[in-house]
Amino acid sequence: MFKFIKKRFFTDFKNSLRVGFFLALRQVKNSSKWTNFLIIGVMTLTFLNLVVVSGVLVGLIDGASNAVGKRFLKDIFISNLTEKKFILNTTEITEILRANPNVEGFSARYTEGGKIEANYKTKLRQDDIGDEVSAIFAGINPEDENKLTGIKSLLIEGEFINENDFDRVVLGSMLLDQYAKIESSSFPTLSGVGIGSKIRVKVGGYTREVTVKGIIKSKVDELDRRIFFPEKQFRNLIGRFDLNASEIAVGLKDGASPIEMKNYLNNLGFNEFAKIQTKEDAEPKFLKDIKKTFEILGNLISGIGLAVAAITIFIVIFINAITRRKYIGILKGIGVNARAIEIAYVFQSIFYALVGTIFGSILIFGFLKPYVDAHPINFPFSDGIIVATLSGTMMRVLVLFIATLIAGFLPARIVINRNTLDSILGR
Amino acid sequence: MIKATNLVKTFKTGDTKLTVLKGLDIDVKKGEFVSITGRSGSGKSTLLYQLGLLDHPDSGKIIIDGVEVSKLSERDRTGFRLMELGYVFQDYAIIPELTALENIMMPLLMKGFDMKKAEKQGREALSRVGLLDKQKNLPSQLSGGEQQRVSIARAIVHSPKIIFADEPTANLDAETAMVVMKTFLDLNREGQTIVMVTHEKEYADMTHRTLFLNEGILENK
Ligand SMILES: Nc1ncnc2c1ncn2[C@@H]1O[C@H](COP(=O)(O)OP(=O)(O)OP(=O)(O)O)[C@@H](O)[C@H]1O
Ligand SMILES: [Mg+2]
Repeated sequence: MFKFIKKRFFTDFKNSLRVGFFLALRQVKNSSKWTNFLIIGVMTLTFLNLVVVSGVLVGLIDGASNAVGKRFLKDIFISNLTEKKFILNTTEITEILRANPNVEGFSARYTEGGKIEANYKTKLRQDDIGDEVSAIFAGINPEDENKLTGIKSLLIEGEFINENDFDRVVLGSMLLDQYAKIESSSFPTLSGVGIGSKIRVKVGGYTREVTVKGIIKSKVDELDRRIFFPEKQFRNLIGRFDLNASEIAVGLKDGASPIEMKNYLNNLGFNEFAKIQTKEDAEPKFLKDIKKTFEILGNLISGIGLAVAAITIFIVIFINAITRRKYIGILKGIGVNARAIEIAYVFQSIFYALVGTIFGSILIFGFLKPYVDAHPINFPFSDGIIVATLSGTMMRVLVLFIATLIAGFLPARIVINRNTLDSILGR
Repeated sequence: MIKATNLVKTFKTGDTKLTVLKGLDIDVKKGEFVSITGRSGSGKSTLLYQLGLLDHPDSGKIIIDGVEVSKLSERDRTGFRLMELGYVFQDYAIIPELTALENIMMPLLMKGFDMKKAEKQGREALSRVGLLDKQKNLPSQLSGGEQQRVSIARAIVHSPKIIFADEPTANLDAETAMVVMKTFLDLNREGQTIVMVTHEKEYADMTHRTLFLNEGILENK
């Protein structure tokens, strides 16, 4: 007879859901345009904050690691074993590489530590030292290198060296006063050196006077601290007549797997003469560390944004529920159960989160990300992009929804659980 | 249908205590139309809140339709109100965001009626109080009397076992008040149990029985 006493939980819940949805719809529709506009604005900004801030932070480092990969390491980076100065049997390796259909190109580089001196002609006394800096000397085949890394596009002054140039070099910008990013005693720079300047290089026991032909500037410190010679002259200079290089950067064709290539080379036994690494292996450790730090930082900032959004929703729903206390009481008075009214408020907050997410997504994926991809943010060490993966974004959307859900539910519950009659009579 | 015994309700405001119901008894038969009168402040609304399960008496027992309602949980009391009771509040109490029709549909939707059926039954209730042409109006687009009639339609729409009406005619002109009384009388003729609070002798006299609330108990008149 008294059907209500039998717990018809599911039909009850279904009805509550329906009534809750109905009430939420009417309330959103009839609430002030400005309120809706503001709440949706806050949710949109929160979503942007969630995705873009960490996306940019991670993107900066991704940009840096992209630059290192594009200009320096490429897909596979083969370098000398720690105890050797060069890669034994380099020619064997290069033959294999040349024959492999997955290899797009490679560049063998001969490197050696050395010193560069400038302004030695103007110094007053014999034993005064002019400007002197340490640098990594690299002998490269300009054509191979350019094909692989596009190094010529990094020129900011002068011209690039040719294969047959003699006593002409290209300098990385970090060696020069006018381009150095930071004044630091651990990285001294040369002052007054430009195109056509004569500098003195000391490498492999020899000292030579060479002319600066070009200057490059990249987002990769490693490159910007180098001095480039044509391979032919450089090998003579350091007495490396056996063609054994110190590093070989290998570019693979699109779709080829660097890991497979690495395993392939290892299986051929080349790991006995050289360190064979993928880009990820070879990436400087500090990049990985910064990436982790930035991720944490990004999540922290996102977390604060999330908290602000949750509190905003909480306050909005709380004020809404408090001002509508009488009507909540009446609804309960005529038999609408508390759950249905809670659901109405949860639906409202989810609606705001949803619309905010949609607007935010349109802004990010429709405008911001394509724009930044096309015009990377110009940071000293990176062309910053926004990293926003689908899965990462979904994760953030989920977190945002859960946060709004709770932020909508709690205040509604607090108000709804007040005594029905007190609510109706406003006591 | 309703049997309440020894109801006591006391309000405390600061140090002063006001006992409004002092061991009140009431017995309403199925199909009866009972009116309750009394001076302003005598406790008529308070009594109706107790009987309508909107408040808890300090002591006493209320049995409605065989169920001892004082023992129900808050959740079940809400369910009981939905299934068994219709309540007309002293000040209309309708939801401002909902149209007249939507206000009336609320109990039906909560009971699980589908939209179409709820709309149909809602319109029937509206036409009973003569407001079918205002079904799409929001409360702000209705006069006081029209709002009162919407609240009556909401109280009858789900065919409750008992209707409690707290001064349903108080804010209406004589003509509209008569429409409301006629509605109640029609419903009562169909077997509806009604308990109505009113100030006006004229309307009280139309009911089967009038009870006078005085000094916290009911007297027959
Ligand atoms: N929550 C409360 N706290 C203190 N006193 C209250 C409270 N609610 C009602 N009262 C008092 O109880 C008495 C009865 O109030 P009630 O509203 O039941 O009167 P009423 O008979 O309905 O009056 P009216 O005809 O004016 O509607 C009044 O004196 C009122 O001041
Ligand atoms: Mg009253």
